[in-house]
Amino acid sequence: MSLSRRDFLKLCGGTAAGISFSQMLVPEVVEALEKAAAGKPPVLWLQGAGCSGCSVSLLNTAHPKIADVLLKIIDLRYHPTIMAAAGELALGAIEETSAAKGKFIIALEGGIPVGADGRYCVIGEKEGKEITIMSALLEAAPKAMAVLAIGTCAAYGGIQAAKPNPTQAVGAQEFFKMKGIKTPVINIPGCPAHPDWIVGTIAHVLLYGIPKLDDLGRPTLFYGSCVHDHCPYRGFYDDETFCKDFNDKEGCRYQLGCKGPDAYCDAWKRGWNGGVNWCVRSATCIACVEPNFWDTESPFYSNE
Amino acid sequence: MAGRREALKKTRKIVIDPVNRIEGHLKVEVEVSGGKVVDAHCTTGLFRGFEIILKGRDPRDAAQITQRICGVCPTSHGTASVLCLDSAFGVKPTTNGRIVRNLILVADHIWDHILHFYHLVALDYVKGPNVPPFVPRYEGKGIYKLPPEINDFGVKGYLKALEIRRVGHEMTAIFGGRGPHVHGLVVGGATVVPTADAIVGYLWRLKEIEKFYDEIYLPTVYAVAKYYPEAFTFGAGCKNFLSYGVYPLNDDYTEFLLKPGVYTDGEDKPFDPEKITEYVKYSFYNDSITGLNPKNGKTHLANPDKPEAYSFTKAPRYDGKPHEVGPLARMWVANPVLSRHASEFLGKKGEVRMRDFGEKAFSVLGRLVARAEEGWLEVKAAKKWITELKPGAPVYKNVDVPETGIGFGCTEAPRGSVGHWIRIRDKKIANYQVVAPTTWNVSPRDDTGTPGPIEQALIGTPVPDPKNPVNVVRVIRSFDP
Repeated sequence: MSLSRRDFLKLCGGTAAGISFSQMLVPEVVEALEKAAAGKPPVLWLQGAGCSGCSVSLLNTAHPKIADVLLKIIDLRYHPTIMAAAGELALGAIEETSAAKGKFIIALEGGIPVGADGRYCVIGEKEGKEITIMSALLEAAPKAMAVLAIGTCAAYGGIQAAKPNPTQAVGAQEFFKMKGIKTPVINIPGCPAHPDWIVGTIAHVLLYGIPKLDDLGRPTLFYGSCVHDHCPYRGFYDDETFCKDFNDKEGCRYQLGCKGPDAYCDAWKRGWNGGVNWCVRSATCIACVEPNFWDTESPFYSNE
Repeated sequence: MAGRREALKKTRKIVIDPVNRIEGHLKVEVEVSGGKVVDAHCTTGLFRGFEIILKGRDPRDAAQITQRICGVCPTSHGTASVLCLDSAFGVKPTTNGRIVRNLILVADHIWDHILHFYHLVALDYVKGPNVPPFVPRYEGKGIYKLPPEINDFGVKGYLKALEIRRVGHEMTAIFGGRGPHVHGLVVGGATVVPTADAIVGYLWRLKEIEKFYDEIYLPTVYAVAKYYPEAFTFGAGCKNFLSYGVYPLNDDYTEFLLKPGVYTDGEDKPFDPEKITEYVKYSFYNDSITGLNPKNGKTHLANPDKPEAYSFTKAPRYDGKPHEVGPLARMWVANPVLSRHASEFLGKKGEVRMRDFGEKAFSVLGRLVARAEEGWLEVKAAKKWITELKPGAPVYKNVDVPETGIGFGCTEAPRGSVGHWIRIRDKKIANYQVVAPTTWNVSPRDDTGTPGPIEQALIGTPVPDPKNPVNVVRVIRSFDP
């Protein structure tokens, strides 16, 4: 495999606006990923307090296709929305996989409510005993090689952690800090996380190890640029040409409440859903990749 | 033999937790006696406190916040929320705005029906590849009955469906901005002004999906129906149906593609939101809030230690009775003409309607058939609506947040009826209540002890092998809880 880390970063970063990582994933990369995945650590995808939106978003990966991701690139042992099994038959996969200390990855979707001793989020029952997302992580996370915190809920607590945070929900890093768990966490925030950010980060971990992270634990590869600084409508802002309402498309969306100045991600060049559209083009940015954005960026339709 | 008969009579408890291949966290406990389910309890395992979080916020934000209730049906919550805000703000969208909203919602329905059948349900009938996450699975005689070539068609369909669903989600994003969690639904209308390229891009994708429905999805559903005829005989439930109606066809909201209505105790009746009440005797909430209509509803912090309670879900009732919501309810209430595949299946020449299935419709397979047929109806409707858009015409009406206001908005998510209620005071949310589709179907017992629709549907389900209770999960998943 001749693809260097530098080439890979270039591919992930995209070289032209509107061209996504997944559209640029050339066959050699897929092959390299398949090779890298052979004998690579199995993945347990656990869902805490969340909406399954990041799982649905992952299904939107185009190149590699989701079938290749599931069958060739990762060895997915547990995923509540996809797996065939239910009940104890399913839970057995968590136990078996996490028995191999340091040899598996946890992909966490959703936040971790620690109120009521974790009982606001029950993920299963074994031999009459409730398993909460909190107890499952206490059991499995210390043994995992790494935890991918997928989506803003898993990374920073998400919507349930918005004020007044009724269930005392937290993200993975904060939870690990509370409980003294040392397993490294990579945050892949977004509400939802973009499929390219998820697949690209997994690819980086498999091919080259843990990517460079910013001070919020996010790969700089995807979260390194300010939306406002690179926004295609930035020229309008500089000219002080602002959209009057949502019918008006010839202007900057700042006065409609756009939070692009606070948001760090590459949606401005990557687009969503195969590049057919993106947040600011359609309306405004709500800065969904930022911690506590539900509180700090609200109200979403005003910048007064 | 007598010993065996005695053993069969003994009641045995089966706990399935988690019920995977659904959205969210669900535990189902059934009691089996004589090879059949005799009692059932549904327990939802997640409380997030949306209604508490919404209090005090800018009302416009509700359309963003409530989409996060469900990442599979965010546009349904988004639609209910903007309709609710429209009514509280006193605004009606433009014609273009109404159509754009319909196109965002219908795209999600069209791909979600595919996701539900192939990726959530099919593995209970189609034997998948022998690799994780398709194994382990329930095993045993008579569980996977499709002939090899049809099973193979099902597996190929599963993979093709992954691709087609993604294309459907691109349709959502064309007018929604992105999916899941769209930006294109706002109080006063929509945000994407249609352009020729967007219209063509949507239509082109829709035609690809139409082909998939006609050549793969519908034939596969009816093939499953042919080889699992017994699945038309169990899973009936309460046989009461509720539909709020969806896809307004005019700007006064007096006509819908799927009309609102109620079917209670065998009678058709008009829908009246005042007849909705929520009970909490068996839910983890304070008994003081039981029996309220959601416009006066309250949600406090749940108490998972409440005695006798067993679910985070409240028990909504219509006219005091449990009602099933979802594609079967909508299709039963509206009773539209079905596809040619349905005519062939029923061995009829010419058009057939949903009610031509008769009592067979009240079953596991009835729900799967209704869902595929509804998707087909939606595909054809969306093709028409996309041509009704006026490129460049306004989709949005500017409107200020009112000092005070009361609002109600309702629509249909792929899995069922969704209603939102708001009270605004000092330009902020004073109270916001959501009754989600799953709340109706997965409801625990109400204050009279009457079980919810899924709990009732499970009664009588055959469980020949308690170690592999596949029929139990077939019933549950037919509701897409």
